Amino acid sequence: MRALGALTAAIAMLLAALAGGPVARAQQRGGAAARSARDSAPIDLTGYWVSYVTENWRYRMVTPAKGEYRRIPSSPAALPIINAWDPAADERAGNQCKSYGAGGIMSVPGRLHITWQDADTLRIDTDAGMQTRLFHFSPGATSSARSWQGESVAAWEPAPGGGSLRVVTSNLRDGYLRKNGVPYSERATVTEHFDIAPLADEGRLLLVTTIVDDPVYLAGPYVVSPHFKKERDGSKWDPTPCSSTW
Amino acid sequence: MLIHLVARRALGVLLLVALGAGKASAQFDFVGSWAPLATEDVQNDSVPVDYLGLALTDEARTRALSYDESQKSMIERQCAGWGAAYMVLGPFGLRVTAQTDPVTNRIVSYTIGAWEDWNEMVIWMDGRPRPSEHALHTQAGFTTGRWEGGALSGRTTHVKAGFIRKTGVPLTDNATIDWRIFRHGDILTVLMVATDPVYLVEPEVVSKNFRLSRTPLDYRAGCVTGYEGWQPGDPVPHYSPDKNPFADEFVKLYHLPREAVLGYPETLYPEYRKKIKDTYVPPPPCTESCGAAGNFVLRR
Repeated sequence: MRALGALTAAIAMLLAALAGGPVARAQQRGGAAARSARDSAPIDLTGYWVSYVTENWRYRMVTPAKGEYRRIPSSPAALPIINAWDPAADERAGNQCKSYGAGGIMSVPGRLHITWQDADTLRIDTDAGMQTRLFHFSPGATSSARSWQGESVAAWEPAPGGGSLRVVTSNLRDGYLRKNGVPYSERATVTEHFDIAPLADEGRLLLVTTIVDDPVYLAGPYVVSPHFKKERDGSKWDPTPCSSTW
Repeated sequence: MLIHLVARRALGVLLLVALGAGKASAQFDFVGSWAPLATEDVQNDSVPVDYLGLALTDEARTRALSYDESQKSMIERQCAGWGAAYMVLGPFGLRVTAQTDPVTNRIVSYTIGAWEDWNEMVIWMDGRPRPSEHALHTQAGFTTGRWEGGALSGRTTHVKAGFIRKTGVPLTDNATIDWRIFRHGDILTVLMVATDPVYLVEPEVVSKNFRLSRTPLDYRAGCVTGYEGWQPGDPVPHYSPDKNPFADEFVKLYHLPREAVLGYPETLYPEYRKKIKDTYVPPPPCTESCGAAGNFVLRR
């Protein structure tokens, strides 16, 4: 009988230990009913962030020459589009935001303003191109209309002492990975991982590992990881419309 | 009695499993071969003067412009370009092994294997103290690591004076390099934040992505010096900083602003892009000998 009691105690301790795991602790902090994405966030992404362009400078800060697609695994189907790039035609057709879609927007130098639109929707506004991205943590009504920013499904990946945000975006309009017309198609999928790292003087760095898969215009995944520095406030926020030339 | 003993052992095993579960979820399997993904431009070494993406002090810029590639032939300087930072700046993959304590089986360190000129890096995971500031500085430096928020974080100190780019942009032996290594599925992202009180106005931040390789990557030897024609006592090849013959090569080739090519700090922020938007003219499309990706603008 005592043995049975000990076994019961063991199971109870196991359950207690497991209940003390990171997810449970995060939920306990917000109270029993507080299980929204906002309340269970393992990292805080909100605030203003500025691009810190220490990589791919020549492809991001200026428009490369027409026809240059170095570092992008473009498929043979993409080459005619790359070589036919005509920014003036894009402007005339109202497609000046083609390089500001979800496949490329995080590499466009600018600022992000990240807020919670509601308890289960994280919102990112960009001042470059004045775009809005909505990351939905709970399944909702989907739109049939394709858009520059598509539809994004988000999930936290918690870990003790932190974690990561995973976002998968689809239902996109075709766009550009680079300002000079290197394309991705409407069948592209963008998978992003948002991570935080510390900087000196209590600074913070936001790292966005981005994987673009496209069965049409890419021969393999296009992987980049632009990063942003946290800013104290929005005093440098400077909304600027899309441009197809710079 | 037997049932009681089984129950006690079950208690121990279950507690170990429970406690271990939390620890395991904070970590990922770092051991293995990681092939580099070449989809980001992090090397910046295709021309002698390319300091794009760096925030240099005036002293660093002057020293970099005085650098002559021929210095690499001098036996005492052959390894200077391949410090710890070259892990993310170089073109190679990572082959990672773990060393364990034979008694506790805990991981004592990870070792990232050497590749050609880059010497292997050991990341000590056992909480050992950092050596005295007067301890030996080496090409790889001294690196400690720990698991934090699902990432492997590390710090490298005790590096030898060398380069932050192999084209001669200098880094002092007072530099510190902080690492964050993230794994998302088969993608490994290595984030480097290098600070230097002498040569960097702001940290040099580079993130490089790797993909898990199903086949082991090759091991190579680290940097081994050898005689390449320069004798002890020969003058150090260099340029007068204001007369570096390559200073404008990159500027002309891609129509890039000179201050960006020379690593002025303000060129790293979006405001700079707006500043040059009305004056910048893209280079013409390449018409011959363009390379596979139209990369090589025809010199005119």
